[in-house]
Amino acid sequence: MGDMIVVQDLVKNYGNFCAVNHISFTVPEGKIFGFLGPNGAGKTTTIKMLTTILDPTSGFIRVNGHDPVHERKQVRRSFGIVFQDPSLDDELTALENVDLHGALYGVPRGERMKRAQTLLELVGLWDRRDDLVKQYSGGMKRRLEVARALLHRPRILFLDEPTIGLDPQTRNHIWGYIDTLSKEQNVTVFFTTHYMEEADRVAAECAVIDHGKIVAQDTPAALKQQTDSATLEDAFIALTGHAIREEEGNVMDRMRMMRAAWRGGRR
Amino acid sequence: MRAIYVLCIRQLKRYVRSPARIIGSLGQPLIFLLALGFGIGAIFKRAGAGNYIDFIAPGIVAMAIMFTAVFSGIEIIWDRQFGFLKETLVAPVSRFEIAFGRVLGGALVAMLQGVAAFILCLVIGFRVHNWLLVPVALVFMFLFSLLFTSIGTAIGSVLQDMQGFPLVMNFLVMPLFFFSDALFPLQDLPKFMAGALLLNPVTYGVDGIRGSFSSAFAFHMATDFGVLVVLSAILLAIGSYLFSKIQL
Ligand SMILES: Nc1ncnc2c1ncn2[C@@H]1O[C@H](COP(=O)(O)OP(=O)(O)O)[C@@H](O)[C@H]1O
Ligand SMILES: [Mg+2]
Repeated sequence: MGDMIVVQDLVKNYGNFCAVNHISFTVPEGKIFGFLGPNGAGKTTTIKMLTTILDPTSGFIRVNGHDPVHERKQVRRSFGIVFQDPSLDDELTALENVDLHGALYGVPRGERMKRAQTLLELVGLWDRRDDLVKQYSGGMKRRLEVARALLHRPRILFLDEPTIGLDPQTRNHIWGYIDTLSKEQNVTVFFTTHYMEEADRVAAECAVIDHGKIVAQDTPAALKQQTDSATLEDAFIALTGHAIREEEGNVMDRMRMMRAAWRGGRR
Repeated sequence: MRAIYVLCIRQLKRYVRSPARIIGSLGQPLIFLLALGFGIGAIFKRAGAGNYIDFIAPGIVAMAIMFTAVFSGIEIIWDRQFGFLKETLVAPVSRFEIAFGRVLGGALVAMLQGVAAFILCLVIGFRVHNWLLVPVALVFMFLFSLLFTSIGTAIGSVLQDMQGFPLVMNFLVMPLFFFSDALFPLQDLPKFMAGALLLNPVTYGVDGIRGSFSSAFAFHMATDFGVLVVLSAILLAIGSYLFSKIQL
Protein backbone atom coordinates (compact mmCIF):
# COMPACT_ATOMS: atom_id res chain seq x y z
CA MET A 1 0.00 0.00 0.00
CA GLY A 2 1.66 3.20 -1.21
CA ASP A 3 1.09 6.87 -0.60
CA MET A 4 -1.65 8.40 -2.73
CA ILE A 5 -0.72 11.99 -1.98
CA VAL A 6 2.79 13.17 -1.24
CA VAL A 7 3.48 16.84 -0.53
CA GLN A 8 6.94 18.14 0.35
CA ASP A 9 7.85 21.69 1.16
CA LEU A 10 4.92 23.12 -0.78
CA VAL A 11 4.69 26.92 -1.11
CA LYS A 12 2.16 29.25 -2.72
CA ASN A 13 2.66 32.98 -2.77
CA TYR A 14 0.10 35.47 -4.02
CA GLY A 15 2.35 38.45 -4.66
CA ASN A 16 4.02 39.14 -1.33
CA PHE A 17 1.45 37.18 0.60
CA CYS A 18 2.30 33.60 1.48
CA ALA A 19 -0.93 31.55 1.49
CA VAL A 20 0.78 28.15 1.85
CA ASN A 21 4.09 28.14 3.66
CA HIS A 22 6.40 25.10 3.31
CA ILE A 23 3.93 22.36 4.15
CA SER A 24 4.64 18.62 3.94
CA PHE A 25 2.40 15.61 4.50
CA THR A 26 1.53 12.24 2.99
CA VAL A 27 -1.76 10.41 2.68
CA PRO A 28 -1.63 6.61 2.40
CA GLU A 29 -3.93 4.85 -0.05
CA GLY A 30 -7.43 4.15 1.25
CA LYS A 31 -7.13 6.49 4.23
CA ILE A 32 -9.39 9.38 5.18
CA PHE A 33 -7.30 12.47 5.82
CA GLY A 34 -8.73 15.61 7.43
CA PHE A 35 -7.20 18.98 6.63
CA LEU A 36 -8.36 21.34 9.35
CA GLY A 37 -7.80 25.03 9.79
CA PRO A 38 -9.55 28.34 10.39
CA ASN A 39 -10.78 30.61 7.57
CA GLY A 40 -8.00 31.76 5.29
CA ALA A 41 -5.55 29.14 6.57
CA GLY A 42 -4.70 27.93 3.06
CA LYS A 43 -6.82 24.79 2.77
CA THR A 44 -8.53 25.60 -0.51
CA THR A 45 -5.28 26.89 -1.97
CA THR A 46 -3.63 23.56 -1.14
CA ILE A 47 -6.49 21.61 -2.73
CA LYS A 48 -6.26 23.76 -5.86
CA MET A 49 -2.58 22.92 -6.20
CA LEU A 50 -3.20 19.21 -5.66
CA THR A 51 -5.96 19.23 -8.27
CA THR A 52 -4.08 21.00 -11.11
CA ILE A 53 -6.02 24.29 -11.10
CA LEU A 54 -3.26 26.33 -9.49
CA ASP A 55 0.48 26.04 -10.01
CA PRO A 56 2.59 26.03 -6.85
CA THR A 57 5.29 28.62 -6.29
CA SER A 58 7.66 25.84 -5.23
CA GLY A 59 7.65 22.39 -3.70
CA PHE A 60 7.02 18.79 -4.61
CA ILE A 61 3.60 17.17 -5.15
CA ARG A 62 2.63 13.66 -6.25
CA VAL A 63 -0.99 12.67 -6.65
CA ASN A 64 -1.42 8.98 -7.47
CA GLY A 65 2.26 9.06 -8.44
CA HIS A 66 1.87 11.96 -10.88
CA ASP A 67 2.93 15.60 -10.89
CA PRO A 68 -0.05 17.99 -11.08
CA VAL A 69 1.97 20.58 -13.02
CA HIS A 70 3.42 18.38 -15.74
CA GLU A 71 1.09 15.38 -15.82
CA ARG A 72 -2.23 17.14 -15.52
CA LYS A 73 -4.27 14.56 -17.39
CA GLN A 74 -3.08 11.59 -15.34
CA VAL A 75 -3.67 13.52 -12.13
CA ARG A 76 -7.11 14.66 -13.27
CA ARG A 77 -8.14 11.12 -14.10
CA SER A 78 -7.15 10.02 -10.58
CA PHE A 79 -9.42 12.20 -8.52
CA GLY A 80 -12.98 13.37 -8.07
CA ILE A 81 -13.67 16.63 -6.30
CA VAL A 82 -16.43 18.41 -4.43
CA PHE A 83 -15.46 22.08 -4.47
CA GLN A 84 -16.06 24.49 -1.63
CA ASP A 85 -18.42 26.47 -3.89
CA PRO A 86 -21.23 25.02 -5.99
CA SER A 87 -20.14 23.75 -9.38
CA LEU A 88 -23.29 22.33 -10.98
CA ASP A 89 -25.05 23.59 -14.08
CA ASP A 90 -28.35 24.80 -12.66
CA GLU A 91 -30.06 24.80 -16.03
CA LEU A 92 -29.50 21.08 -16.53
CA THR A 93 -31.18 18.19 -14.72
CA ALA A 94 -29.38 16.15 -12.08
CA LEU A 95 -28.98 13.24 -14.45
CA GLU A 96 -27.68 15.51 -17.23
CA ASN A 97 -25.09 16.99 -14.88
CA VAL A 98 -23.85 13.54 -13.91
CA ASP A 99 -23.95 12.30 -17.49
CA LEU A 100 -22.02 15.31 -18.76
CA HIS A 101 -19.37 14.61 -16.15
CA GLY A 102 -19.13 10.98 -17.26
CA ALA A 103 -18.74 12.04 -20.87
CA LEU A 104 -15.98 14.52 -19.99
CA TYR A 105 -14.15 11.73 -18.15
CA GLY A 106 -14.54 9.31 -21.06
CA VAL A 107 -16.83 6.84 -19.31
CA PRO A 108 -18.65 4.82 -22.03
CA ARG A 109 -22.35 5.64 -22.35
CA GLY A 110 -23.81 2.34 -21.10
CA GLU A 111 -21.54 2.30 -18.08
CA ARG A 112 -22.31 5.96 -17.45
CA MET A 113 -26.04 5.29 -17.13
CA LYS A 114 -25.49 2.33 -14.81
CA ARG A 115 -23.10 4.28 -12.59
CA ALA A 116 -25.39 7.29 -12.59
CA GLN A 117 -28.28 5.18 -11.35
CA THR A 118 -26.23 3.47 -8.64
CA LEU A 119 -24.80 6.74 -7.36
CA LEU A 120 -27.99 8.78 -7.54
CA GLU A 121 -29.75 5.98 -5.65
CA LEU A 122 -26.96 6.03 -3.09
CA VAL A 123 -27.47 9.73 -2.39
CA GLY A 124 -31.25 9.42 -2.57
CA LEU A 125 -31.77 11.52 -5.70
CA TRP A 126 -32.71 8.94 -8.32
CA ASP A 127 -36.42 9.82 -8.08
CA ARG A 128 -35.58 13.46 -8.67
CA ARG A 129 -33.08 12.82 -11.48
CA ASP A 130 -35.08 14.67 -14.14
CA ASP A 131 -35.57 17.84 -12.08
CA LEU A 132 -33.54 20.88 -13.04
CA VAL A 133 -30.81 21.45 -10.50
CA LYS A 134 -32.05 24.99 -9.89
CA GLN A 135 -35.06 23.41 -8.19
CA TYR A 136 -32.82 21.54 -5.76
CA SER A 137 -32.17 22.56 -2.15
CA GLY A 138 -28.62 23.23 -0.95
CA GLY A 139 -28.36 19.79 0.62
CA MET A 140 -29.58 18.02 -2.52
CA LYS A 141 -27.05 19.91 -4.62
CA ARG A 142 -24.27 18.86 -2.31
CA ARG A 143 -25.31 15.21 -2.46
CA LEU A 144 -25.49 15.46 -6.22
CA GLU A 145 -21.96 16.86 -6.32
CA VAL A 146 -20.72 13.94 -4.24
CA ALA A 147 -22.42 11.45 -6.57
CA ARG A 148 -21.01 13.20 -9.62
CA ALA A 149 -17.48 13.25 -8.21
CA LEU A 150 -17.59 9.46 -7.88
CA LEU A 151 -18.96 8.63 -11.32
CA HIS A 152 -15.62 7.93 -12.99
CA ARG A 153 -14.42 5.73 -10.10
CA PRO A 154 -11.64 8.03 -8.90
CA ARG A 155 -8.89 6.63 -6.65
CA ILE A 156 -8.92 9.84 -4.62
CA LEU A 157 -11.79 12.02 -3.52
CA PHE A 158 -11.19 15.67 -2.56
CA LEU A 159 -13.88 17.34 -0.47
CA ASP A 160 -13.52 21.02 0.34
CA GLU A 161 -15.91 21.79 3.20
CA PRO A 162 -18.47 19.36 1.79
CA THR A 163 -20.97 19.74 4.61
CA ILE A 164 -20.92 23.49 5.15
CA GLY A 165 -24.41 24.90 5.59
CA LEU A 166 -26.10 21.49 5.61
CA ASP A 167 -28.47 20.10 8.21
CA PRO A 168 -27.22 17.37 10.55
CA GLN A 169 -29.15 14.64 8.70
CA THR A 170 -27.54 15.43 5.36
CA ARG A 171 -24.12 15.77 6.96
CA ASN A 172 -24.55 12.42 8.58
CA HIS A 173 -25.54 10.82 5.28
CA ILE A 174 -22.65 12.32 3.36
CA TRP A 175 -20.06 11.13 5.86
CA GLY A 176 -21.78 7.76 5.88
CA TYR A 177 -21.20 7.29 2.12
CA ILE A 178 -17.68 8.52 2.36
CA ASP A 179 -16.79 6.17 5.17
CA THR A 180 -18.25 3.23 3.26
CA LEU A 181 -16.42 4.25 0.12
CA SER A 182 -13.07 4.30 1.82
CA LYS A 183 -13.68 1.01 3.62
CA GLU A 184 -15.21 -0.93 0.75
CA GLN A 185 -13.48 0.51 -2.30
CA ASN A 186 -10.23 1.69 -0.83
CA VAL A 187 -10.78 5.23 -2.10
CA THR A 188 -8.43 7.77 -0.53
CA VAL A 189 -10.28 10.77 0.88
CA PHE A 190 -8.80 14.22 1.50
CA PHE A 191 -11.26 16.63 3.09
CA THR A 192 -11.41 19.99 4.83
CA THR A 193 -14.05 20.99 7.33
CA HIS A 194 -14.90 23.42 10.08
CA TYR A 195 -16.89 20.84 11.99
CA MET A 196 -14.42 19.18 14.31
CA GLU A 197 -16.75 16.44 15.43
CA GLU A 198 -16.98 15.29 11.81
CA ALA A 199 -13.24 15.10 11.51
CA ASP A 200 -13.08 13.24 14.81
CA ARG A 201 -15.60 10.74 13.58
CA VAL A 202 -14.22 9.84 10.15
CA ALA A 203 -10.60 10.92 9.80
CA ALA A 204 -7.82 8.41 10.35
CA GLU A 205 -5.39 11.27 10.47
CA CYS A 206 -5.62 15.06 10.59
CA ALA A 207 -3.33 17.93 9.79
CA VAL A 208 -4.06 21.30 11.35
CA ILE A 209 -3.04 24.24 9.18
CA ASP A 210 -2.95 27.87 10.30
CA HIS A 211 -1.57 30.91 8.48
CA GLY A 212 -0.31 28.61 5.74
CA LYS A 213 1.71 26.39 8.09
CA ILE A 214 0.95 22.93 9.41
CA VAL A 215 0.95 23.24 13.19
CA ALA A 216 0.10 19.66 14.08
CA GLN A 217 -0.45 16.36 12.34
CA ASP A 218 -1.64 13.13 13.93
CA THR A 219 -4.64 10.90 14.63
CA PRO A 220 -7.56 12.73 16.24
CA ALA A 221 -7.00 10.77 19.45
CA ALA A 222 -3.33 11.74 19.59
CA LEU A 223 -4.16 15.41 18.87
CA LYS A 224 -6.58 15.46 21.79
CA GLN A 225 -4.07 13.75 24.06
CA GLN A 226 -1.23 16.01 22.98
CA THR A 227 -3.23 19.15 23.82
CA ASP A 228 -4.92 17.62 26.83
CA SER A 229 -8.37 18.33 25.38
CA ALA A 230 -11.64 16.46 25.71
CA THR A 231 -12.80 17.15 22.17
CA LEU A 232 -11.09 17.75 18.84
CA GLU A 233 -12.65 21.20 18.86
CA ASP A 234 -10.81 22.08 22.06
CA ALA A 235 -7.63 20.63 20.61
CA PHE A 236 -8.14 22.75 17.51
CA ILE A 237 -8.54 25.93 19.53
CA ALA A 238 -5.55 25.01 21.67
CA LEU A 239 -3.51 24.68 18.48
CA THR A 240 -4.77 27.68 16.54
CA GLY A 241 -5.70 30.16 19.27
CA HIS A 242 -8.85 32.10 20.03
CA ALA A 243 -8.47 34.99 17.61
CA ILE A 244 -11.32 35.30 15.10
CA ARG A 245 -10.02 35.39 11.55
CA GLU A 246 -10.69 38.32 9.31
CA GLU A 247 -13.05 37.36 6.55
CA GLU A 248 -10.86 37.34 3.47
CA GLY A 249 -11.77 40.03 0.99
CA ASN A 250 -11.04 38.36 -2.36
CA VAL A 251 -13.52 38.15 -5.21
CA MET A 252 -14.61 34.59 -4.50
CA ASP A 253 -15.37 35.39 -0.89
CA ARG A 254 -17.42 38.42 -1.78
CA MET A 255 -19.39 36.35 -4.24
CA ARG A 256 -19.87 33.62 -1.66
CA MET A 257 -21.32 36.14 0.75
CA MET A 258 -23.53 37.73 -1.88
CA ARG A 259 -24.82 34.34 -2.92
CA ALA A 260 -25.53 33.37 0.67
CA ALA A 261 -27.36 36.64 1.30
CA TRP A 262 -29.39 36.26 -1.85
CA ARG A 263 -30.35 32.69 -1.03
CA GLY A 264 -31.35 33.73 2.44
CA GLY A 265 -33.56 36.42 0.98
CA ARG A 266 -35.43 34.03 -1.26
CA ARG A 267 -36.34 31.55 1.41
CA MET B 1 -13.92 15.26 -29.59
CA ARG B 2 -16.43 13.85 -27.15
CA ALA B 3 -15.89 16.81 -24.83
CA ILE B 4 -16.49 19.27 -27.66
CA TYR B 5 -19.70 17.49 -28.52
CA VAL B 6 -21.13 17.33 -24.99
CA LEU B 7 -20.28 20.95 -24.21
CA CYS B 8 -21.85 22.05 -27.45
CA ILE B 9 -25.03 20.11 -26.65
CA ARG B 10 -25.07 21.69 -23.22
CA GLN B 11 -25.21 25.19 -24.74
CA LEU B 12 -28.02 24.18 -27.07
CA LYS B 13 -30.03 22.66 -24.23
CA ARG B 14 -29.65 25.79 -22.16
CA TYR B 15 -30.82 27.85 -25.13
CA VAL B 16 -33.96 25.90 -25.96
CA ARG B 17 -34.89 25.78 -22.28
CA SER B 18 -35.07 29.52 -21.93
CA PRO B 19 -37.80 30.72 -24.31
CA ALA B 20 -37.82 34.01 -22.42
CA ARG B 21 -34.28 34.64 -23.58
CA ILE B 22 -35.09 33.66 -27.17
CA ILE B 23 -38.09 35.99 -27.35
CA GLY B 24 -36.36 38.68 -25.31
CA SER B 25 -33.39 38.93 -27.60
CA LEU B 26 -35.70 39.26 -30.61
CA GLY B 27 -37.14 42.44 -29.13
CA GLN B 28 -34.27 44.68 -30.16
CA PRO B 29 -34.14 43.47 -33.79
CA LEU B 30 -37.91 43.87 -33.97
CA ILE B 31 -37.75 47.48 -32.82
CA PHE B 32 -35.03 48.29 -35.35
CA LEU B 33 -36.95 46.56 -38.08
CA LEU B 34 -40.20 48.38 -37.37
CA ALA B 35 -38.82 51.81 -36.51
CA LEU B 36 -36.17 52.01 -39.20
CA GLY B 37 -37.81 49.74 -41.75
CA PHE B 38 -41.02 51.71 -41.87
CA GLY B 39 -39.72 55.03 -40.54
CA ILE B 40 -36.79 55.51 -42.87
CA GLY B 41 -38.15 53.18 -45.53
CA ALA B 42 -40.28 55.97 -47.01
CA ILE B 43 -37.34 58.34 -47.49
CA PHE B 44 -35.18 55.51 -48.76
CA LYS B 45 -37.73 54.72 -51.44
CA ARG B 46 -38.15 58.38 -52.42
CA ALA B 47 -34.38 58.56 -52.86
CA GLY B 48 -34.74 55.80 -55.41
CA ALA B 49 -32.76 53.29 -53.39
CA GLY B 50 -35.43 50.58 -53.38
CA ASN B 51 -37.10 48.66 -50.59
CA TYR B 52 -35.48 49.49 -47.24
CA ILE B 53 -36.89 46.46 -45.40
CA ASP B 54 -35.18 44.24 -47.96
CA PHE B 55 -32.02 46.23 -47.38
CA ILE B 56 -31.85 46.23 -43.61
CA ALA B 57 -33.29 42.76 -42.91
CA PRO B 58 -29.85 41.12 -43.34
CA GLY B 59 -28.37 43.82 -41.11
CA ILE B 60 -30.96 43.03 -38.46
CA VAL B 61 -30.18 39.32 -38.74
CA ALA B 62 -26.50 40.19 -38.25
CA MET B 63 -27.40 42.29 -35.24
CA ALA B 64 -29.31 39.44 -33.59
CA ILE B 65 -26.31 37.19 -34.20
CA MET B 66 -23.73 39.65 -32.87
CA PHE B 67 -25.50 40.29 -29.59
CA THR B 68 -26.31 36.66 -28.92
CA ALA B 69 -22.83 35.50 -29.92
CA VAL B 70 -20.94 37.99 -27.77
CA PHE B 71 -23.26 37.17 -24.91
CA SER B 72 -22.72 33.41 -25.33
CA GLY B 73 -19.00 33.95 -25.13
CA ILE B 74 -19.29 36.19 -22.11
CA GLU B 75 -21.35 33.48 -20.39
CA ILE B 76 -17.97 32.16 -19.24
CA ILE B 77 -18.21 34.79 -16.52
CA TRP B 78 -21.51 33.34 -15.33
CA ASP B 79 -20.09 29.86 -15.40
CA ARG B 80 -17.18 31.10 -13.38
CA GLN B 81 -19.45 32.77 -10.83
CA PHE B 82 -21.92 29.92 -10.61
CA GLY B 83 -19.04 27.49 -10.49
CA PHE B 84 -19.63 25.19 -13.44
CA LEU B 85 -16.42 26.35 -15.10
CA LYS B 86 -14.35 24.59 -12.40
CA GLU B 87 -16.06 21.30 -13.16
CA THR B 88 -14.88 21.47 -16.78
CA LEU B 89 -11.40 22.76 -15.90
CA VAL B 90 -10.51 19.77 -13.68
CA ALA B 91 -11.76 17.22 -16.21
CA PRO B 92 -9.07 15.24 -18.05
CA VAL B 93 -9.72 17.18 -21.25
CA SER B 94 -7.52 19.85 -22.83
CA ARG B 95 -8.59 23.44 -22.36
CA PHE B 96 -8.60 23.91 -26.11
CA GLU B 97 -11.25 21.24 -26.47
CA ILE B 98 -13.32 22.90 -23.77
CA ALA B 99 -12.94 26.32 -25.36
CA PHE B 100 -13.76 24.94 -28.78
CA GLY B 101 -16.85 23.11 -27.49
CA ARG B 102 -18.09 26.28 -25.85
CA VAL B 103 -17.45 28.43 -28.91
CA LEU B 104 -19.10 25.96 -31.24
CA GLY B 105 -22.15 25.66 -28.98
CA GLY B 106 -22.37 29.42 -28.59
CA ALA B 107 -22.04 29.92 -32.34
CA LEU B 108 -24.86 27.46 -33.04
CA VAL B 109 -27.06 29.26 -30.54
CA ALA B 110 -26.27 32.63 -32.13
CA MET B 111 -26.98 31.23 -35.56
CA LEU B 112 -30.35 29.90 -34.39
CA GLN B 113 -31.10 33.34 -33.04
CA GLY B 114 -30.16 34.73 -36.46
CA VAL B 115 -32.57 32.29 -38.11
CA ALA B 116 -35.29 33.41 -35.69
CA ALA B 117 -34.62 37.04 -36.66
CA PHE B 118 -34.72 36.03 -40.33
CA ILE B 119 -38.16 34.47 -39.86
CA LEU B 120 -39.30 37.62 -38.07
CA CYS B 121 -38.11 39.66 -41.06
CA LEU B 122 -40.06 37.42 -43.45
CA VAL B 123 -43.20 37.97 -41.39
CA ILE B 124 -42.72 41.74 -41.55
CA GLY B 125 -42.39 41.71 -45.30
CA PHE B 126 -38.80 40.85 -46.20
CA ARG B 127 -38.54 39.09 -49.57
CA VAL B 128 -35.74 36.69 -50.48
CA HIS B 129 -34.58 37.02 -54.09
CA ASN B 130 -33.40 33.47 -54.63
CA TRP B 131 -34.25 30.72 -52.11
CA LEU B 132 -31.54 28.51 -53.56
CA LEU B 133 -28.96 30.85 -52.03
CA VAL B 134 -30.42 30.59 -48.51
CA PRO B 135 -28.01 27.75 -47.59
CA VAL B 136 -25.17 30.12 -48.56
CA ALA B 137 -26.67 32.72 -46.25
CA LEU B 138 -26.69 30.12 -43.47
CA VAL B 139 -22.99 29.47 -44.02
CA PHE B 140 -22.28 33.20 -43.71
CA MET B 141 -24.46 33.40 -40.63
CA PHE B 142 -22.55 30.54 -39.05
CA LEU B 143 -19.13 32.08 -39.78
CA PHE B 144 -20.32 35.40 -38.46
CA SER B 145 -21.60 33.66 -35.30
CA LEU B 146 -18.29 31.88 -34.89
CA LEU B 147 -16.39 35.15 -35.20
CA PHE B 148 -18.41 36.94 -32.53
CA THR B 149 -18.62 33.99 -30.14
CA SER B 150 -14.83 33.83 -30.32
CA ILE B 151 -14.61 37.54 -29.53
CA GLY B 152 -17.01 37.03 -26.59
CA THR B 153 -14.95 34.06 -25.38
CA ALA B 154 -11.75 36.08 -25.51
CA ILE B 155 -13.39 38.88 -23.51
CA GLY B 156 -15.13 36.52 -21.07
CA SER B 157 -11.81 34.80 -20.34
CA VAL B 158 -10.22 38.07 -19.27
CA LEU B 159 -13.04 39.84 -17.43
CA GLN B 160 -13.50 38.88 -13.78
CA ASP B 161 -17.13 39.89 -13.45
CA MET B 162 -20.12 41.24 -15.36
CA GLN B 163 -19.31 44.86 -14.57
CA GLY B 164 -17.31 45.21 -17.76
CA PHE B 165 -20.21 43.98 -19.86
CA PRO B 166 -21.82 47.38 -20.68
CA LEU B 167 -18.38 48.61 -21.68
CA VAL B 168 -18.04 45.79 -24.16
CA MET B 169 -21.52 46.39 -25.54
CA ASN B 170 -21.23 50.17 -25.85
CA PHE B 171 -17.64 50.48 -26.96
CA LEU B 172 -17.23 47.39 -29.08
CA VAL B 173 -20.43 45.73 -30.23
CA MET B 174 -22.50 48.86 -30.85
CA PRO B 175 -19.81 50.75 -32.83
CA LEU B 176 -19.03 47.65 -34.87
CA PHE B 177 -22.70 47.39 -35.70
CA PHE B 178 -23.36 51.04 -36.51
CA PHE B 179 -20.13 51.65 -38.43
CA SER B 180 -20.90 48.86 -40.85
CA ASP B 181 -23.12 48.47 -43.89
CA ALA B 182 -25.90 46.98 -41.74
CA LEU B 183 -28.18 50.03 -41.85
CA PHE B 184 -27.01 52.03 -44.88
CA PRO B 185 -25.35 51.25 -48.20
CA LEU B 186 -21.62 51.65 -48.81
CA GLN B 187 -22.02 54.06 -51.74
CA ASP B 188 -21.70 57.85 -51.47
CA LEU B 189 -20.42 57.88 -47.89
CA PRO B 190 -17.95 60.49 -46.59
CA LYS B 191 -14.41 59.16 -47.05
CA PHE B 192 -13.61 58.46 -43.37
CA MET B 193 -16.90 56.64 -43.01
CA ALA B 194 -16.28 54.47 -46.05
CA GLY B 195 -12.80 53.72 -44.72
CA ALA B 196 -14.16 52.71 -41.31
CA LEU B 197 -16.70 50.47 -42.94
CA LEU B 198 -14.10 48.71 -45.06
CA LEU B 199 -12.01 47.94 -41.97
CA ASN B 200 -14.99 46.56 -40.07
CA PRO B 201 -15.50 42.77 -40.23
CA VAL B 202 -19.24 43.28 -39.69
CA THR B 203 -19.42 44.89 -43.15
CA TYR B 204 -18.24 41.66 -44.75
CA GLY B 205 -20.53 39.50 -42.65
CA VAL B 206 -23.55 41.62 -43.48
CA ASP B 207 -22.59 41.72 -47.16
CA GLY B 208 -22.29 37.93 -47.21
CA ILE B 209 -25.72 37.50 -45.67
CA ARG B 210 -27.32 40.29 -47.71
CA GLY B 211 -25.71 39.14 -50.92
CA SER B 212 -27.04 35.62 -50.47
CA PHE B 213 -30.56 36.88 -49.83
CA SER B 214 -30.63 39.49 -52.58
CA SER B 215 -28.24 37.85 -55.08
CA ALA B 216 -26.28 41.13 -55.17
CA PHE B 217 -22.99 41.30 -53.26
CA ALA B 218 -21.22 44.65 -52.74
CA PHE B 219 -17.93 42.76 -52.65
CA HIS B 220 -17.26 39.39 -54.16
CA MET B 221 -18.82 36.47 -52.28
CA ALA B 222 -15.34 34.95 -52.02
CA THR B 223 -14.00 38.13 -50.42
CA ASP B 224 -16.69 38.08 -47.73
CA PHE B 225 -16.09 34.40 -47.17
CA GLY B 226 -12.32 34.78 -47.01
CA VAL B 227 -12.42 37.69 -44.56
CA LEU B 228 -14.80 35.85 -42.25
CA VAL B 229 -12.90 32.55 -42.34
CA VAL B 230 -9.53 34.16 -41.67
CA LEU B 231 -10.80 36.44 -38.90
CA SER B 232 -12.83 33.68 -37.24
CA ALA B 233 -9.78 31.43 -37.23
CA ILE B 234 -7.58 34.13 -35.71
CA LEU B 235 -10.12 35.08 -33.05
CA LEU B 236 -10.91 31.47 -32.26
CA ALA B 237 -7.20 30.95 -31.65
CA ILE B 238 -6.96 34.05 -29.46
CA GLY B 239 -10.16 33.14 -27.58
CA SER B 240 -9.01 29.57 -26.87
CA TYR B 241 -5.58 30.78 -25.85
CA LEU B 242 -7.00 33.28 -23.35
CA PHE B 243 -9.43 30.65 -22.12
CA SER B 244 -6.58 28.22 -21.54
CA LYS B 245 -4.90 30.82 -19.33
CA ILE B 246 -7.82 31.23 -16.93
CA GLN B 247 -6.72 30.79 -13.31
CA LEU B 248 -9.37 30.21 -10.70
N1 LIG C 1 -6.37 34.46 -5.86
C1 LIG C 1 -5.91 34.94 -4.68
N2 LIG C 1 -5.19 36.07 -4.65
C2 LIG C 1 -4.72 36.55 -3.47
N3 LIG C 1 -4.92 35.97 -2.28
C3 LIG C 1 -5.63 34.84 -2.25
C4 LIG C 1 -6.18 34.26 -3.45
N4 LIG C 1 -6.85 33.13 -3.12
C5 LIG C 1 -6.73 33.02 -1.77
N5 LIG C 1 -6.01 34.04 -1.25
C6 LIG C 1 -5.68 34.24 0.17
O1 LIG C 1 -4.94 33.11 0.61
C7 LIG C 1 -5.31 32.76 1.93
C8 LIG C 1 -5.74 31.31 1.96
O2 LIG C 1 -6.98 31.17 1.29
P1 LIG C 1 -7.75 29.79 1.20
O3 LIG C 1 -6.81 28.74 0.76
O4 LIG C 1 -8.96 30.00 0.35
O5 LIG C 1 -8.17 29.57 2.71
P2 LIG C 1 -9.12 28.47 3.36
O6 LIG C 1 -8.25 27.74 4.33
O7 LIG C 1 -10.21 29.23 4.06
O8 LIG C 1 -9.64 27.60 2.28
C9 LIG C 1 -6.41 33.73 2.34
O9 LIG C 1 -5.83 34.73 3.13
C10 LIG C 1 -6.91 34.28 1.03
O10 LIG C 1 -7.40 35.59 1.19
MG1 LIG D 1 -11.51 27.28 1.68
